[in-house]
Amino acid sequence: MGRYVARRLLQMIPVFIGTTLLIFIMVNVLPGDPVRALWGDKPPDPAQVAQIRHDRGLDLPLWQQYLHYMGGLLQGDFGKTIAGNRPVLDEISQAFPVSMRLASMAWTFELIVGITLGVLAGVRRGRFVDNTVTLFTLLVISVPIFVIGLLCQLFFGNELGWITPTVQDSESMSQLLVPAIVLGMVGLAYVARLTRTSIAENRSADYMRTAVAKGLPRQRIVTRHLLRNSLIPVVTYLGTDIGTLMGGAVITEGIFNVTGVGNLLFQALARREGAVIVGVVTVLVIVYLIASLIVDLLYAVLDPRIRYA
Amino acid sequence: MRGAKSAKWVAIAGVVALTATACGGGSDSGGNSGKVDPKGIVSYANGEPQNALQPANTMEAYGSVVINSLFTGLVNYDKQGNITYENAESVTPDKSNKVWTVKLKPGWKFHNGEAVTAKSYVDAWNWSADPANGQQNSAWYRDIVGYDKVHPEKGKGTGKTMSGLKVVDDNTFTITLNTGIPYYAYKLVYSPFYPLPSGALKDPKKFGEAPVGNGPYKFKSWDHKKSIQVTAWPQYKGANKPKNGGVNFKAYTTPQAAYNDLRSDNVDTMPIIPDSELANFKQDFGDRAIEQDFSAINTVNPAFYSKTFKDMDVKVIQGLSMAIDRDTIAKQTFAGTRESASGWVAKGVKGYKAGACGEFCKFNPKKAKQFVKDGGGVPGNKITIQYNADQPHEGWVTAVCNSITKSTGVKCTGDPKTDFQADTEVRDKKQVKAMYRSGWVLDYPFNGNFLADLYGTGVDGNKGGFSDKKFDELTKKADAAKTIDESAALYQKAEKELVNTFPGIPLWYNKTLSAYSKNVKGVEFDQAGDPVLTDIEVFEK
Repeated sequence: MGRYVARRLLQMIPVFIGTTLLIFIMVNVLPGDPVRALWGDKPPDPAQVAQIRHDRGLDLPLWQQYLHYMGGLLQGDFGKTIAGNRPVLDEISQAFPVSMRLASMAWTFELIVGITLGVLAGVRRGRFVDNTVTLFTLLVISVPIFVIGLLCQLFFGNELGWITPTVQDSESMSQLLVPAIVLGMVGLAYVARLTRTSIAENRSADYMRTAVAKGLPRQRIVTRHLLRNSLIPVVTYLGTDIGTLMGGAVITEGIFNVTGVGNLLFQALARREGAVIVGVVTVLVIVYLIASLIVDLLYAVLDPRIRYA
Repeated sequence: MRGAKSAKWVAIAGVVALTATACGGGSDSGGNSGKVDPKGIVSYANGEPQNALQPANTMEAYGSVVINSLFTGLVNYDKQGNITYENAESVTPDKSNKVWTVKLKPGWKFHNGEAVTAKSYVDAWNWSADPANGQQNSAWYRDIVGYDKVHPEKGKGTGKTMSGLKVVDDNTFTITLNTGIPYYAYKLVYSPFYPLPSGALKDPKKFGEAPVGNGPYKFKSWDHKKSIQVTAWPQYKGANKPKNGGVNFKAYTTPQAAYNDLRSDNVDTMPIIPDSELANFKQDFGDRAIEQDFSAINTVNPAFYSKTFKDMDVKVIQGLSMAIDRDTIAKQTFAGTRESASGWVAKGVKGYKAGACGEFCKFNPKKAKQFVKDGGGVPGNKITIQYNADQPHEGWVTAVCNSITKSTGVKCTGDPKTDFQADTEVRDKKQVKAMYRSGWVLDYPFNGNFLADLYGTGVDGNKGGFSDKKFDELTKKADAAKTIDESAALYQKAEKELVNTFPGIPLWYNKTLSAYSKNVKGVEFDQAGDPVLTDIEVFEK
């Protein structure tokens, strides 16, 4: 087990280098010059442009820039932004806690509500509850997330006045509640559907019949036997969803004015802030890698037959 | 117990991945009583400034609005575009408009108690002009003698101070210019010409995070990407004393988010209504909606280096201009929030005169067709209008194109570039295929800013490669005039001349569109589109 984890951690290194290099090149291929863009519509000042380029190392050939960047990264230096000359690490360490909070709230929401709905629907297959859940999840999946977000904002914020239309303080849990629910909606629908199908399938498995024949209480059959065996596809989905929730919340963050990772990435792309883009993506890659590792390890917890060596 | 063992590993791997902390909080707002609270705080929908808060390093709107609340410059201008004196008692040129003598009002202080003297200005400008200090707006000092020594286009400067700046006494200094500029006082309005306390030059980094100014508001705090707070400064000597207790500049990521907050009175006002709400904002806010003149103009400019326009007869461009139904498009795509332009200079600046473009800016499809035909037509019978697709330009560009095609039969299509950066790059590299969307917001409220700085041969703002000797001569004459009024009149002549060359097709004058919450009154914007924060009054809660 320990060796397996170590091997997996080592495997992260080439993946890490590959993704950063790829992003680094892609950012440089984008049209538009970030230094020139500081002047917007107005004519740039050649002396200043040269100075800023030199300061940020943008006048070096691409491969040197990359080596420079990686060298800095190993020492925990993510470089500096082109606009404002702020350390990229500051930007990242400001955005990530916000996104983490939002993502973990959304994730918990889709985990608890999603699995509960899935189990209810799966156990009572073809009945009223099942049909309701199927219909509800279909609705959620087919309506784009910004529609749900905007509707929630208009209805709860502007009409009813229960919440402020946008998040006033991105670090407040209670303010993040509605955005988190909106963000977790789609995931919830998928989790519910996955759980439902999986449960429905396993319900007729041999071990289930044995458990029933043994005379175990129904509650125990569902939670210990049925649910545990049905969770593997759900866990896979939930694991990869962490990364999506962290970095892919651009739309939800935009609607509710949450200053998280998605927003940071979006702004950085618009401004061609290479160091920020690569930095954020680097951290996101790590999050993905670790989440998928945890998922793989969880398989063994759920199904003792799975072993790692 | 295989399962339990595995769970431990999961936990360890999990610690590496996630650590999150939480803290609660919230705010609520109530109704108002109709009474004004002089200590009330105005909240303004802003965004995170691009750069540190230094006057000579701030050019985008989010930073400028904060800087302008913290500093008061030598002069400002009123709604008619006339100069008003702020920190300066007088700014007087010599006969040739080359040497300007600035006299300061005595007794002014910075927020930290340091006196505002002639030296505060001269030292600040010299420091900001030095490229080593990385101030983005340093090109604004280029009219001053000795700027090229401090800040050459290439290579290292040979001096640290501009010889054109001389301190005479504590409250007087002189500015010597390379050539006489009758309207130079207007340029002094802009933020690079603000004074700085001595500490700003010693520790610019600290200053950029917590600036000390001489203006109506005193800096309080900057919580990055959340808010910047300033409070009214009781010792302020200027005429524009704040009628409120301070301003909270809230950072919004999108104008749409700000708009929704404004509708629920969670923020008091915002700089510009998002395009998606243009049709309903007047309904949403009623008499709290703001529509004001804003000195900016939209044009579509031919790229004179392109194959299409290289040897084009000006008659064709005049024809294209007449083919555009400005009024209808303004009504349909801008919900009536723009006004058809009748010249190349925006409203609200000195020397603005309606109708410079004459009949060529009026919709006349018959004449348009005739003109295009008489001028020899458009090569290939098709043109494109380049625009950036990250802003809502597609709608009106398509409408303009349809109007041109319908009236003249010339096939016209939009040429979208992914975003503003890509668009700028194509323009800078002179690769525009035919025409491009352009716009200009005033630098200073003088008609020359919309003429010489955009259509003069080889100037930076001239992206279409336009060149006309006659126009250049006229602007030169205007620059050599004795007084501002004379100069403005001569620039009007130069503007008239553009009818014969048509370096840009004027489309619309912009307006400042905004609204304010139920918590405040007295919200107005100036012609540069900036809010007059000091005049806003907050109701008691």
